[in-house]
Amino acid sequence: MTSILTNLFDGVAYGMLLFVLACGLAVTLGLMNFVNLAHGAFAMAGGYICAVLVNGQGWPFFAALPFAFIGSGLIGAAFERGLYRHLYTRSHLDQVLFSIGLVFMSVAAVDYFMGSSRVFINLPSALEGQFDAFGVGIGRYRLMIIVICGLLTALLQLILAKTRFGSRLRAAVDDPRAASGLGINVPQVFAFTFAFGCGLAGLGGALSAEVLGLDPYFPLKFMIYFLIVVTVGGSSSITGPFLASLLLGIGDVAGKYYVPKMGPFVIYTIMIVILIWRPNGLFGRTAAR
Amino acid sequence: MATSSDVGRIARAHASWHWSEIAFWCLALACGFAFPSRYLIMTDIVRLGLFALSLDLILGYAGIVSLGHAAFFGIGAYSAGLLALHGVITEPVLALLVAGLAATVIGFLTSFLVIRGVDLTRLMVTLGIALLLEALAERYSDITGGTDGLQGIVMAPVLGLFEFDIFGRTGFFYALIVLFLLFLIARRVVHSPFGLSLRAIKNNPLRAAAIGVPVNRRLIAVYTLASFYAGIAGALFTQTTQLASLDVFSFERSADLMLVLVIGGTGYLYGGLIGAVVFRMLQEFFSTITPEYWQFWIGLVLVVIVLVGRARLHRWVLLVPNWISRQLSGRKAAVAIPESEA
Amino acid sequence: MTLALETKGLEKQFGALKVTRDLSLQVAHGARHALIGPNGAGKTTVINLLTGVLKPDAGRILLEGHDITNRTVHGRVLRGLSRTFQINQLYPDLTPIETIGLAVAERLGRGGDWWRVMGTRSDVNTEIAENLARFHLTDVMNEPTATLAYGKQRLLEIAVAIASKPRVLLLDEPAAGVPESERHDILAAVASLPRDVTVLLIEHDMDLVFSFADRISVLVNGAMLVEGTPDEVARDARVKAVYLGEGVDG
Repeated sequence: MTSILTNLFDGVAYGMLLFVLACGLAVTLGLMNFVNLAHGAFAMAGGYICAVLVNGQGWPFFAALPFAFIGSGLIGAAFERGLYRHLYTRSHLDQVLFSIGLVFMSVAAVDYFMGSSRVFINLPSALEGQFDAFGVGIGRYRLMIIVICGLLTALLQLILAKTRFGSRLRAAVDDPRAASGLGINVPQVFAFTFAFGCGLAGLGGALSAEVLGLDPYFPLKFMIYFLIVVTVGGSSSITGPFLASLLLGIGDVAGKYYVPKMGPFVIYTIMIVILIWRPNGLFGRTAAR
Repeated sequence: MATSSDVGRIARAHASWHWSEIAFWCLALACGFAFPSRYLIMTDIVRLGLFALSLDLILGYAGIVSLGHAAFFGIGAYSAGLLALHGVITEPVLALLVAGLAATVIGFLTSFLVIRGVDLTRLMVTLGIALLLEALAERYSDITGGTDGLQGIVMAPVLGLFEFDIFGRTGFFYALIVLFLLFLIARRVVHSPFGLSLRAIKNNPLRAAAIGVPVNRRLIAVYTLASFYAGIAGALFTQTTQLASLDVFSFERSADLMLVLVIGGTGYLYGGLIGAVVFRMLQEFFSTITPEYWQFWIGLVLVVIVLVGRARLHRWVLLVPNWISRQLSGRKAAVAIPESEA
Repeated sequence: MTLALETKGLEKQFGALKVTRDLSLQVAHGARHALIGPNGAGKTTVINLLTGVLKPDAGRILLEGHDITNRTVHGRVLRGLSRTFQINQLYPDLTPIETIGLAVAERLGRGGDWWRVMGTRSDVNTEIAENLARFHLTDVMNEPTATLAYGKQRLLEIAVAIASKPRVLLLDEPAAGVPESERHDILAAVASLPRDVTVLLIEHDMDLVFSFADRISVLVNGAMLVEGTPDEVARDARVKAVYLGEGVDG
């Protein structure tokens, strides 16, 4: 019984991490209908920024996290302005080729500068180990992930629901043409959101170094996971990707624990079944444009 | 008033052989005699060309974007490897066909999943199927040899006559002949009414249905055919290298394949073959500069191709290949038309 | 006498918006029937329901007495229901031979033939040649469609639909956007359609409707307002009210 709860806890932590990593991609896909396979590269950037600051410069872990966010966000903004925005109207094939190219470049570049082995970020001792709550083993690091990602999710929901920017973003996702007719500067909204999404991915990358592992192949290894989150979750709201992340996280942890031999087999099968059953995602509302 | 025979003559004209096509194949054959020290890399190019030809059938002619075409390559590779390793079918040509058919069966079964939905769903499903097969191959490592791959594959002589030699001479001519035969079939297929209906579907599926074209059935058929080609390419890989390991299913293989086809241009059959030559030469060139990081340059090539624009690239940067391709395709319309600019 | 095309209580709803309401349409054999209505009346939805692009929420569609409600788009074409498109949806890089060839090959059941090269079947070639001649396309038969004059493209549009040998033909604004000088060819082509082909014309242009149709249905807000002969419709007060400002005959 307790192992079930511990697994559930780990799965929730994993899922929330995936959500923070992938939610930027939902906007890229939902708002600009852009297939960005290179999203994981921005997450990896955040992870390595954090690793350099903590391991190399001796910064405290928590002080480095905001810089992982800011650094990835700035890189994202630069790429959006310099490269991505020229490709919004191109065919999906072009977008796929372009972003695969970026993935390959990021993998080789990080390999060149940082080496190909897995990087561990020095953590404060307060985050190590686990404690016992009502008989359930709670990992301190995972608890921190849940707290941080939970706060971020709440903040995102608040921004979307309450702020002027949020309402503009929702209008733009709903119908870009109508939104620009209403005087909303869709490219600007998108550029900002893209950078913000990359920042979140970077933060997620920093947080995930301990859990998922951080090495140059990160963008390739987790590409399918990010895509699952947005395609299964749909891109019309953040609730869909959030639920999809939780499902994926819990499913993956449980799968690895209970049927370790089947590995990722379960996840891929479920994904394919869901995509066949609901081509626009489990929680998708609008048809993909 | 045009008579029935006028119409037939004009319609058939598109399918007639152009002198430059004949020159292309003569050149390919000549390479086999001119560079006896380079059989291994040339065989590699031939296999890659066949694999790219397979992708061209679904991407260039039917407009299906696949991120997991390596799935069928892998099925073919493992089938050929297992058939040889366990001595089920030792004769390579027969084993090649059986391996190709194994890929065809998987292709047919998965085609029903692929034809549904929009581009993104197709990307996910094709990628998912390849990853799933890779995971399966890893899970059943007692059969597939896991990460080490199949060990100790020994190939019997082709048709019982031609022994595989250490220089790869037999392997090269064997692969080239297989490529040529399959190319002939593909060439006929794309110039048939079936091929014409594929072009219509790629351009506008709704309109094709309104003309009476059973869109889904055609897509299933071409996807199945392409999986046969990819399976043969994979089987050739195993037979000529005596290797089959998990990376036959890898995403990088599918991604590289797209680059190959994009370099050569889609929708006129020769694109994959020309692309395979250029891609391998690029790879060799980049490997000499930075042996470990050639993938960076491959990535850069992809990014630059897309940013410059595939159509423009084929018009200006690759003026010569494009000229060749125009000659080869023998059509008035430009050949390097990007897929669905929608 | 069975009807050529009949709908019974068709309903279609997008979200909260009802775009087709209890639509019952009866088109007699050999009729020249016109479906008119102001913008937003739901004409396009009706075409999509009839051709199978959309599935109705309720109701049935009968083609010569056969229920085709659950048939696929291409299945309906093979059963004898073809359509033309209002905006240009022709294949820009295919020639008229190839475009018409597609339709002919499918109708003769040769579309799936993957082994014989296009142009080797004389039955297909003969039909292509006939259609080219009939729609004055022989002189441009080997030119890519994108390079044809707009009037020729509209003719090709009708030719492709006719090449499927339909028994019921849906004409979606056949003369839309055609310059005055080429208009005559289109009207002549429409007028010379064989009498045994039943035509349902969906049209904005009242001149064309009243010169061509022997029966007119008026669609308003997704529901049938009036149906009758051109005279009856022209005199109907409700129709005049709907078209107020647009003018029934202008």
